[in-house]
Amino acid sequence: MEPVVDIRDLRVDFTTDAGEVSAVDGVSLHVNPGEVLAIVGESGSGKSVSAKTILRLLPENATVSGAVVLAGQDVVNLSASEMRAVRGRDVAMVFQEPSTALNPVFTVGWQIAEGLRAHGKVSKKEARARAIEVLGKVGIPDPAERVDHYPHQFSGGQKQRVVIAMALALEPKVIVADEPTTALDVTVQAEILDLLRRVRDEFGRAIVLITHNMGVVADLADRVAVMNDGKVVEQADVHTIFSAPQHEYTRLLLGAVPVLGTQVRERAGVLDLDTEPVVRARDLEIVYPGRLGRPGFRAVDGVSFDIRPGEVLGLVGESGSGKTTIGRAIAGLTHASGGSLSVLGHEMVGHKEREFRPLRQRIGFVFQDPATSFNPKMTIAEGLAEPLVIHGKAKDWRAARPRVMELLDAVHLPQEFAKRFPHELSGGQRQRASLARALALDPDLLVADEPTSALDVSVQAKVLEVFLELQERLGFATLFISHDLAVVGMLADRVGVLYRGKLVEEGPSARVLASPEHPYTQRLLTSVPVPDPVEQASRREALARLRG
Amino acid sequence: MATPPVGVTHEPRWKRLPIIWHLRHSVGLQRGMLVAGLLISAMFILVAVLAPVIAPYGFSQLSGPDGSFPRQAAPSSEFLWGTTVGGYDVFSRVVWGTQTALLTVVLAVIASIFLGVALGLVSGYLGGWLDRVLVMIADAIYAFPSLLLAIVVSIIISGGQSSFWGGIAAAAVSITVVFVPQYFRVVRAETVRLKAEPFVESARVLGAPTSRILGTHVLRNATRSLPLIVTLNASEAILTLAGLGFLGFGINPTIAAEWGYDLNRAVADVASGIWWTGIYPGVAIVLLVMGITLVGESLNDLADPRLRIRRAAKRRPAPAAGVTETKGAP
Amino acid sequence: MTVLTDEPEAAATAKPTAAAPGGGLGRYILVRFLLIIPTVFILVSLVFFLMRVVGDPITASVGGRLTEAQLAERLAAAGYDRPVLVQYLEYLGQIFTGDFGRTVTDNRAISEILLTYGAATVELVTFSLIIALLIGIPFGRLAAYRRDRWSDATLRVLAILAYATPVFFAGILLKLVFSVQLGWFPLGRRTTPQTQLILDRIDGSTGINIIDALRTGRWDLISDVLSHAVLPSLALGLLTAGVFLRLVRTNLIGTLSMDYVDAARSRGVSEGRLLRKHAYKPALIPIITVMGMQIALMLGGAILTETTFEWRGLGFQLAQYLAARDYVAVQGIVALLAVIVAVTNFLVDVLAALIDPRVRY
Repeated sequence: MEPVVDIRDLRVDFTTDAGEVSAVDGVSLHVNPGEVLAIVGESGSGKSVSAKTILRLLPENATVSGAVVLAGQDVVNLSASEMRAVRGRDVAMVFQEPSTALNPVFTVGWQIAEGLRAHGKVSKKEARARAIEVLGKVGIPDPAERVDHYPHQFSGGQKQRVVIAMALALEPKVIVADEPTTALDVTVQAEILDLLRRVRDEFGRAIVLITHNMGVVADLADRVAVMNDGKVVEQADVHTIFSAPQHEYTRLLLGAVPVLGTQVRERAGVLDLDTEPVVRARDLEIVYPGRLGRPGFRAVDGVSFDIRPGEVLGLVGESGSGKTTIGRAIAGLTHASGGSLSVLGHEMVGHKEREFRPLRQRIGFVFQDPATSFNPKMTIAEGLAEPLVIHGKAKDWRAARPRVMELLDAVHLPQEFAKRFPHELSGGQRQRASLARALALDPDLLVADEPTSALDVSVQAKVLEVFLELQERLGFATLFISHDLAVVGMLADRVGVLYRGKLVEEGPSARVLASPEHPYTQRLLTSVPVPDPVEQASRREALARLRG
Repeated sequence: MATPPVGVTHEPRWKRLPIIWHLRHSVGLQRGMLVAGLLISAMFILVAVLAPVIAPYGFSQLSGPDGSFPRQAAPSSEFLWGTTVGGYDVFSRVVWGTQTALLTVVLAVIASIFLGVALGLVSGYLGGWLDRVLVMIADAIYAFPSLLLAIVVSIIISGGQSSFWGGIAAAAVSITVVFVPQYFRVVRAETVRLKAEPFVESARVLGAPTSRILGTHVLRNATRSLPLIVTLNASEAILTLAGLGFLGFGINPTIAAEWGYDLNRAVADVASGIWWTGIYPGVAIVLLVMGITLVGESLNDLADPRLRIRRAAKRRPAPAAGVTETKGAP
Repeated sequence: MTVLTDEPEAAATAKPTAAAPGGGLGRYILVRFLLIIPTVFILVSLVFFLMRVVGDPITASVGGRLTEAQLAERLAAAGYDRPVLVQYLEYLGQIFTGDFGRTVTDNRAISEILLTYGAATVELVTFSLIIALLIGIPFGRLAAYRRDRWSDATLRVLAILAYATPVFFAGILLKLVFSVQLGWFPLGRRTTPQTQLILDRIDGSTGINIIDALRTGRWDLISDVLSHAVLPSLALGLLTAGVFLRLVRTNLIGTLSMDYVDAARSRGVSEGRLLRKHAYKPALIPIITVMGMQIALMLGGAILTETTFEWRGLGFQLAQYLAARDYVAVQGIVALLAVIVAVTNFLVDVLAALIDPRVRY
């Protein structure tokens, strides 16, 4: 069988401020008609660059050598106008972020028609009819009406459907999908994965799927290429990759993936139910005020829970569920507007910052984004010493030095990192430093807001390991906020599930994850793809049953 | 991916200073523009400092040892660029005018930075009704023709332009009032952005007092774009000063040399074909503004990764530099 | 990976001036229209109090020529002996009814001055705007398209040169070359006196000379009006063209690097069409907003241009009153300009909103 894409000895180099950087280093791959080839790897592995080379969509500072044969032509050597003819007709692309891949000032119908018009004469009427047809095929309801809508009138999942419709419009043989579900919530992700499967099965297209998510790979891929540091380290069919990985890196990658339900934290007798809780929420309401007399937005609606000393409470939910808002309210970053929220005995509804300030040394906070969690102008030592200086435990960062070194040790960072600036650390290292800062004053309560969701899996594993170790040793209570059920299961004693501002289910992790009671929790859990193609196939059927 | 973090090694502090950093990180055309701008600006600073040495006559000098200067005399060896209708030496006035222009700009820029930054920081961080009122005022002033506003202000202060410094200060204050809203807007926008940054929120969670948050966290990071606005404003300040002078609201000719005033007097000369009274001060304004604007434009390009040129790709790559673990880079 | 946040503020602050989705264009226009009031109020109050710091306008303009008793009489007659706050409230009330006061030196109503001289300024600004748009937009697009090549560099330096040249110096240069040396165009004024006489006598004269001349259909009048307009419009227009060029270039380069342009490119859309359609329309929204602000700023430039070319418009008149130290006139004209600026910005924002479907729906 003739492959639809044949990549041979591909090399891509970038010219950057730091000199020449090799992104892809001798990659050879092929894609057969009607198959899904997944290219997996962590950031910087060159997976995305390799795929974009098929469409030659690389920035100007890139140099490409090797061959990418597509429909009998080597696209590396095509002229600009020949390349233009290939794009959309022989190969199309689905982007990571559907909200930026659609032009906000044109209707989706117009944008689909643009692709058709670029490849030969079509009348307005024909283009519109074709646009309605593909929109219908990707599952947009009322396509004849929606074709005239603008991107902002669609939801995130629908936008990604529109992007897929655009890719299908000219019936290319192969579609490159670059992290097509990474920006989406897990329930929406499951729907888009189903759509992509239909693209393969019903439309007979080949897909090059770029992803970092092993669950997505297990769900959709036929064959897998694992990339690391610009090279393909292993290629095999999807079952072999998961059941008998050959390369050391593949094994490392698979080992680092938290698997839903396999590692659930169970600690018996740790929790004393009689002690006063560190955090107690009763019918908590948080409303963001509306603008210009519009009604406000109710982010949190009648939520009640307790966090007892030494306990880890996991809070899960999709975007807009209110989980981050609750964490911020506990730390006094967002005003709690109704009900009751008691933090370390202090009432946060209608609270006075002055009375709360002394209690702040007993609360630590870890933020999501490692890139901005430290002041770029301060060294790591100055950053770690800040809590001590603010609360008068040290005169300046020099005086705090012994404690800073202790903290670096605790999160397994080398002591010479004290002198470094935040940008000189990697994301995972910064996130560990961030944990060290949160623990500098031996707090009773730690709020961790998606602390690992911006990290690659192998890095995430290390950060979680450090967290678990310190939590066992120091015994601080934790509110762990995450969208990743598998991660929450690893850390939390109890899990709360939030849906549109309401706490729909709460209970011990093992119970909630194994036998969820609320329909939303059930759907959420079955939507999570697991890194095992066989099990994932049966989960998919279960999800289809749940959807009815 | 295409832009790994810059260098994992420490750079000495002076190399991280604005302008020097920009100079080191620019290539090709952008570097050409930056260097040209810096050279022109440096030349004017030099002329301003050395004005007493360079200028053959004083700026208000009307006669020499050989008696009164001629009026509207064409350029000659005695009067390099000729004389004006009032009998001033054009060359000397252009040279002395450099001092006036630069002094005014420096005063105006410094004053507006301090006011604008302070107001922007406080307004952006505290928010609330104070912020809303200040933003509305700043927006209203910002939308208004700056020259008109400068005229109004200079009318108020015009009583005090009896001395050299008084005149310069009057012009500087007029320009300051116009520019404060610009600094205010930029610093406020930065502050609002920084306020939501995790490192600032982290300081809030720790219970850091507002003064500490503003001083150590916000201010140090909010001033990133200041070199750019300073240059863009400096050029606008020179144009405003010249405009004021042209309309007769600048500095009196007996107190200091001012190009705008000289151009005003030159308008009437044009009809009789006298070009030297207008061309020289005019070219001085254009050159100085161009020099500063070139610097500003280059800083703008270099600060914005989308506008920045990178060195062209060459064949054989060096080994990969620092790699981030952060997901999201494609 | 997108930042997973459930903060509604992030979306709401993305476009602060725009109404929230679903608000509709009508609501946006209404809110934006109401914003004119505080803008004008702030500017008028600012100018009023700043001017009063100097003292009363009568003493300032004619104080030296009157005895103390005469002066006191005139002050009382004009109401300047009352508390400043009372005067301020009265002034606000007048402005609200469209009465901007009377000049001290020649006792004319400010609104009458607007009617007499406003047309000339509108004409100058319109001509200059046409020149600025005709030069700024195509060359800005060219510079963005040929970005970082020599043609782009040349255009950018020319744009900076245009910006760096004060209007009055540009005027002097243009006059020296095209009037004095080449003799192609007149030195100044809007028309020859004869033409002006004819134009002013036309039935329903608009005051905008080119319209009146076109209505007569006489080529000698039209060419006379146009030849007078060329140099002043060029002086003001070229300056603005430089600003427009930079504006178009920067915003186009910004939208050209957006994902949706790459996405359209991945479907085979040609580079030319990407630039003309896919990148241009989204770039147009900020471009139009800033251009509107620039039109307001052109009024400042008009003062200098009109003075240089003796173009008898509002700006020229303002300069005359400034020289005569007639501060009631200055205050009135400045307040009037504030209204014009606020209304212009409003119209431009509505225009930008019409292009932006996120505001429309």
